Amino acid sequence: MGRLNSARIGVVTFPGTLDDRDAARAVRLAGGEPVALWHADADLRGVDAVVLPGGFSYGDYLRAGAISRFAPAMSSVVDAARGGMPVLGICNGFQVLTEAHLLPGSMIKNDHLHFVCREQTLVVANANTAWTNEFATGQRITIPLKNQDGQFVADDATLDRLEGEGRVAFRYDGWNPNGSRRDIAGITNEKGNVVGLMPHPEHAVEPGFGPAGADGPHAGTDGLAFFRSVLASLVGA
Amino acid sequence: MTAPASQAARPVLDTVENAEATPEEAQPYGELGLKQDEYQRIRDILGRRPTAAELAMYSVMWSEHCSYKSSKAHLRKFGERVTEEMKRNLLVGIGENAGVVDIGDGWAVTFKVESHNHPSFVEPYQGAATGVGGIVRDIISMGARPTAVMDQLRFGAVDHPDTARVVHGVVSGVGGYGNSLGLPNVGGELVFDSSYQGNPLVNALCLGVLRHEDIHLASASGQGNKVVLFGARTGGDGIGGASILASETFEDGVPAKRPSVQVGDPFMEKVLIECCLELFGADVVEGIQDLGAAGISCATSELASNGDGGMHVDLDDVLLRDPTLNAGEILMSESQERMMAVVRPDKLDQFLAITGRWDVETAVIGEVNGSGRLTIDHHGQRIVDVDPKTVAHEGPVYDRPYARPEWQDGLNANGNIAAGLARPGSGDELRETALRLLGSPNLASKSWVTNQYDRFVQGNTALAQPDDGGVVRVDETTGLGVALATDANGRYGKLDPRTGAALALAEAYRNVATVGAEPLAVTDCLNFGSPEHPDSMWQLVEAIEGLADACQALSVPVTGGNVSLYNGTGEPGQIDSAIHPTPVVGVLGVLDDVRTALPSGWRTEGLSVMLLGTTRDELDGSAWADVVHGHLGGLPPQVDLDAERSLAALLVAARKDELEVAAHDLSEGGLAQAVLEASLRFGVGARIALEGVTGRDKVDPFVALFSESTARVLVAVTQDHEGDLIHLADEYGVPALRLGVTGGDTVEIEGHFEIPLDEARETHEGTLPGIFG
Repeated sequence: MGRLNSARIGVVTFPGTLDDRDAARAVRLAGGEPVALWHADADLRGVDAVVLPGGFSYGDYLRAGAISRFAPAMSSVVDAARGGMPVLGICNGFQVLTEAHLLPGSMIKNDHLHFVCREQTLVVANANTAWTNEFATGQRITIPLKNQDGQFVADDATLDRLEGEGRVAFRYDGWNPNGSRRDIAGITNEKGNVVGLMPHPEHAVEPGFGPAGADGPHAGTDGLAFFRSVLASLVGA
Repeated sequence: MTAPASQAARPVLDTVENAEATPEEAQPYGELGLKQDEYQRIRDILGRRPTAAELAMYSVMWSEHCSYKSSKAHLRKFGERVTEEMKRNLLVGIGENAGVVDIGDGWAVTFKVESHNHPSFVEPYQGAATGVGGIVRDIISMGARPTAVMDQLRFGAVDHPDTARVVHGVVSGVGGYGNSLGLPNVGGELVFDSSYQGNPLVNALCLGVLRHEDIHLASASGQGNKVVLFGARTGGDGIGGASILASETFEDGVPAKRPSVQVGDPFMEKVLIECCLELFGADVVEGIQDLGAAGISCATSELASNGDGGMHVDLDDVLLRDPTLNAGEILMSESQERMMAVVRPDKLDQFLAITGRWDVETAVIGEVNGSGRLTIDHHGQRIVDVDPKTVAHEGPVYDRPYARPEWQDGLNANGNIAAGLARPGSGDELRETALRLLGSPNLASKSWVTNQYDRFVQGNTALAQPDDGGVVRVDETTGLGVALATDANGRYGKLDPRTGAALALAEAYRNVATVGAEPLAVTDCLNFGSPEHPDSMWQLVEAIEGLADACQALSVPVTGGNVSLYNGTGEPGQIDSAIHPTPVVGVLGVLDDVRTALPSGWRTEGLSVMLLGTTRDELDGSAWADVVHGHLGGLPPQVDLDAERSLAALLVAARKDELEVAAHDLSEGGLAQAVLEASLRFGVGARIALEGVTGRDKVDPFVALFSESTARVLVAVTQDHEGDLIHLADEYGVPALRLGVTGGDTVEIEGHFEIPLDEARETHEGTLPGIFG
């Protein structure tokens, strides 16, 4: 990987995926080249990183992410991730990553039992991953959150380990919108190449269409740094 | 499981031949909702008695829901009053699945609002969910990508024991289905009123985006073309009266009673959306129709009658979820998430490859032919042989009797002044009134509802609730997009349905202009009581007249919509026998760059707050009369469409000149509500003086604050643009004056009262969570 603008970032579409076009737009706005990947195709088309976007793959009828993780594309993603390829799972993508055991824990229904859509403030807890290196640890960012099954749960030993190893990537700031354990909004794997989070960075990449930002309503673009981070980490790799 | 039907070598079917041979056989037309004369008309058309399957088809297609038999004669006025000038942006008008509007640069949008009222009372979650599903399929059928939804909801009184059941079910249903489709919900309406107890209204609007060349229509042309049914399998859900046809008439021993409310599968619908868009992109679809009310009956008869020949269908090829369904049930089933396409034989393989890629089950069930007839076989026997136009388009049309209700004059005479409603006078009383309205269920923050809907998905939402209109980008390269707003004030409709409908249009039109968009086109959903009651029928006729005239006056054509009747359960002839007449009117406008759309509140200090328009003493039917006095009487505010037109032109021009930084329409609750909402939007207060209004318009402070006079908008401008705005307003003939300045953490009405924003926010935002959790 040499030049930034030649970085190819795959975006996987499962049946029921909703935010694939948004994720592709985010990659493009960050300066990368989005590459559409299809769930039924194991070929990752030579991409340098992969985004598993949000949605309701297979309707979430069994358990969020439980069916998608068996998709041929996921076998390749799991192999590539174990080899160090950056992978970002957003919302349903995060759920797929936990089902695929690339990240620990699981998501259950929000504690208040409603779907929740809001502009969510997060604290960056680990700015050393492939997807967060453009942030500073402790930085507060605002990106949209929207989910029904967003309550992150894991046993205490796992939670202790995640915290002890600095693998909590994001925490909810202020109100915890779904009852997630220890206010955890996103986590990373040991190597820092795989990150999953419930809120949606791809919806905060363009002035006019995101959450509120310093320059006014809908002006927030804090999500862009996720995609710039991965491009930077690929250049550095 | 072995299906009983398959045990018989050749089931006894009511074939065309059998119908001819047994003319005297009694048929359950009454149970299917057909009148004696309607049944006789079917016999006259066919020259024999209908088969059981034909009877099923006619009964659903001639129902009020599908045939518009009570409203058709009046709905024509929408078309008759469309001038050539109004048509200039119309690519497809009334009559198709939805109208299509040219918005420039080769882009078009299609939009429509539809009702799913009755199912939503019976089973709120599925009723609302499938309401969203149905309107989304209408939009796909036009060849468009569904791009946004809005929902217009009306429930019974907040404190009625049944209301929470309906509210929770409907809101989760709209959200559960819409969120799963990846469609941003950009706004809507939420009203509580005891007139909707037992008759909640669940209307849903969908917007779609397409290129001009992508328009698809519902017609079956080209002999030899294949008729393809794809999507979900056909099951026994959503069959209303049809189950009466089962067991007795044709296949004995078959379970017949099934739920009559459809069950939605949003995952299937999402897959269907993407699959259809890929089919359109590959140019393998000649004609397409979604399956909604009346299922296969509707799709086959409409496709065939809009085409140039005939159609033959074999029901044995329909993929079934339940193999025991009989022919009538298959024809009437309203199983969701199904589409019917007409495909050229040489493109069939490519069509099947695409549906296969999306794992969408597909069956070729028939063929277009030159017979001019719609023929349907089942188990190798002819069970339907009809002229499709007689099913789809030539149903009965009624000129139902209508008359001004006896109670109407009394209602109109009992205005707020005649009734002696006490008006607040002191500062404390005005303050308390403002807070009571701000926290009342109909004026309180809707975020308890809208926070359960995804407004970010697709990344094109520029504005959503609580701004005046939903604003969505269409073209990523230029920022070209559309604004949508819907409105209907049932209380105004009750006082005067003609004016009420015009006011609904006026407000939606004003909302679209308030965000800065130029209004282009209209969709409507007319929710009324029983057409068989002259009172309700009068309300419907008056509302259509009022709306058609107002559309002409504002030069915005109705492009499509829906009528929902029988929304009443009371004793006929009484004042409370039906819901308030509720003509939901949606207006679509265009913006050259959606990023310049104006939010409904200010976020900086030191801006000048300006009032556009004139205030009169108009408080009959107002939120004040309702919330404070529980009173409804008198006449609604005047509708002044010339003033609305000038105001809208001014607002569009001001947005283009970037004169304003915020704009908010004045409606229910008047100026007080508007100033409080605009201040709460971004948590910046305002100091307002009423002397300008009270002096110029000769009204007292109470009227200035709470009157619901129309054609008024609040705008905020930087102080250096104040003069420009006044100058521009003068050019457009719109009265304008400065009310005050933004800033601080209170709303102060000088000389009268002051409300800290924290207190206002708690009042405004606490209501719905407090009631519904």
